[in-house]
Amino acid sequence: MSEIAIGIYVLVLASFIGFEVISKVPTMLHTPLMSGSNAISGIILLGAIVIAAQQNSVLGGYLAYVAIFLATINVVGGFVVTDRMLSMFRSKKGGRS
Amino acid sequence: MINFLFDMVYLLAAVGFFICLKLLSSPKTARLGNFIGALAMALAVLATLLANKPQALGAVGISVLLGSIVGVIMAQRVAMTAMPQMVAMFNGLGGLASVLVACGEALRYFYDPLVQPGALFSFTSWFSVVVGAITFSGSIIAFLKLQELMPTRPILVSGQRLFTGLIFLVTMVSLVLIINAPKDLFIFSMLALIATVLGVLLVIPIGGADMPVVISLLNSYSGIAAMAAGFVVNSNILIISGALVGASGVILTRLMCSAMNRSLMNVIFGAFGSLDQASASGEEKPMKEFVPIDAAMVLSNANKVIIVPGYGLAVSQAQRNLRDLADAIKHLGVQVSYAIHPVAGRMPGHMNVLLAEADIPYQELFDLDEINAEFETADVALIIGANDVVNPSARTDKSSPLFGMPILNADKAKTVIVMKRGKGRGFAGVENTLFTLDNSGVVFGDAKQSLIKVINALKEV
Repeated sequence: MSEIAIGIYVLVLASFIGFEVISKVPTMLHTPLMSGSNAISGIILLGAIVIAAQQNSVLGGYLAYVAIFLATINVVGGFVVTDRMLSMFRSKKGGRS
Repeated sequence: MINFLFDMVYLLAAVGFFICLKLLSSPKTARLGNFIGALAMALAVLATLLANKPQALGAVGISVLLGSIVGVIMAQRVAMTAMPQMVAMFNGLGGLASVLVACGEALRYFYDPLVQPGALFSFTSWFSVVVGAITFSGSIIAFLKLQELMPTRPILVSGQRLFTGLIFLVTMVSLVLIINAPKDLFIFSMLALIATVLGVLLVIPIGGADMPVVISLLNSYSGIAAMAAGFVVNSNILIISGALVGASGVILTRLMCSAMNRSLMNVIFGAFGSLDQASASGEEKPMKEFVPIDAAMVLSNANKVIIVPGYGLAVSQAQRNLRDLADAIKHLGVQVSYAIHPVAGRMPGHMNVLLAEADIPYQELFDLDEINAEFETADVALIIGANDVVNPSARTDKSSPLFGMPILNADKAKTVIVMKRGKGRGFAGVENTLFTLDNSGVVFGDAKQSLIKVINALKEV
């Protein structure tokens, strides 16, 4: 199988599992779901690091560093804000979760 | 062998993301899930660094460090009411990063005389740039609208749709150009620019009330952009994670659309909330006014109260006062629950977060489906800063723009107490027949002030 075919297999299967898993998230947690999945979409950070490592021009290097910077904001900010939100969800009995 | 090892680490990270989303299905485990997600991400980043050994490790490290600092500061400082803007901003940054990655890869091919990119590479990088750029500029516009740095109403000038169509066409044509001349950097940078314009044009005609849909959609795009970049740099973990985010965005978009009874096409091209929407439906019945002591009397005599919070509550920052009121009537033996409409806030689930911030236990919050049957047995429906989501004409009046939208059946309660600022209409610009029912009373004023007055009045009854 070519690399791209494997990629398509992975894409289709991951989408199916994704739909199954995410459909079970209750409405109450949809904002954390969105900010959390938003952080996961910062996975582009990996792509940016690969680009930085393989770069053969100065301009390309700078593009990669900017991409790393932006993607890291996305990743770190996303996970931290999600944690902040989830820490506020309080059960009836006792303290916060 | 070593590469196989790295691939297994990526697989582990991907599993971590699935577990993260799986644990988000309950508020008890959600925080752990998020932590596992963050851990999986850290693992994947570490593996990427080890596997690729970037020579300019210092520059990479500084970029990561600066990004982390900015990210943490933004995440710590944002107010919960501003969460939609924040997510829009993060989406936009992710989108821009995808564009830069695709451009960087094209640049590398440009400087490498030995490689001749094939049509498939041209297609995936084209797609990655287009989706990434639309995500970026669309999110920035959504951010500006939500932050009210630009008018929230739909902006649509004559000929704009034709222009958008034209830009779309140019974007499509550029695919052919790029496949024919894969090393032409000029076409590539023009494409990035044009797709950025397209993103602006797609979001600018959408009104503030439809932002929950737009944010969900852009969330999905940011996933698709990461997925496309995964094809560009041949990384399965990017494809998997992108697919996950794409799926979550699609699910949320569909939910938001059905909560407003509108199709996605209608949201994107409908320019909802524009002036011609305001329906003039004949004579207006007067609203019966309640003074705070009236409301306090009714509440203290009730057995079961359902509270319907709307965005007006958050605008006046009155969530804590609402909890105080709920606590006060709970002391009198009243059973209190909250009915949350899917579009009560500015993004999916937003109202739940706003109430959680005010220490309202999540067991008292109920979805539309869970609670709608309860209104018939409720003594009081207390509506605070909500309007369109409780408008009964959505059930009966075929001429209403809201017709068919699922609403909370607050009108079925014995008494309806409404707290609203003035006699104005909701986002949809439609008159609300709930407010003029015989069993309704309206307490006029800012939600916070009204709540404080009612709490004080409760002490006297």
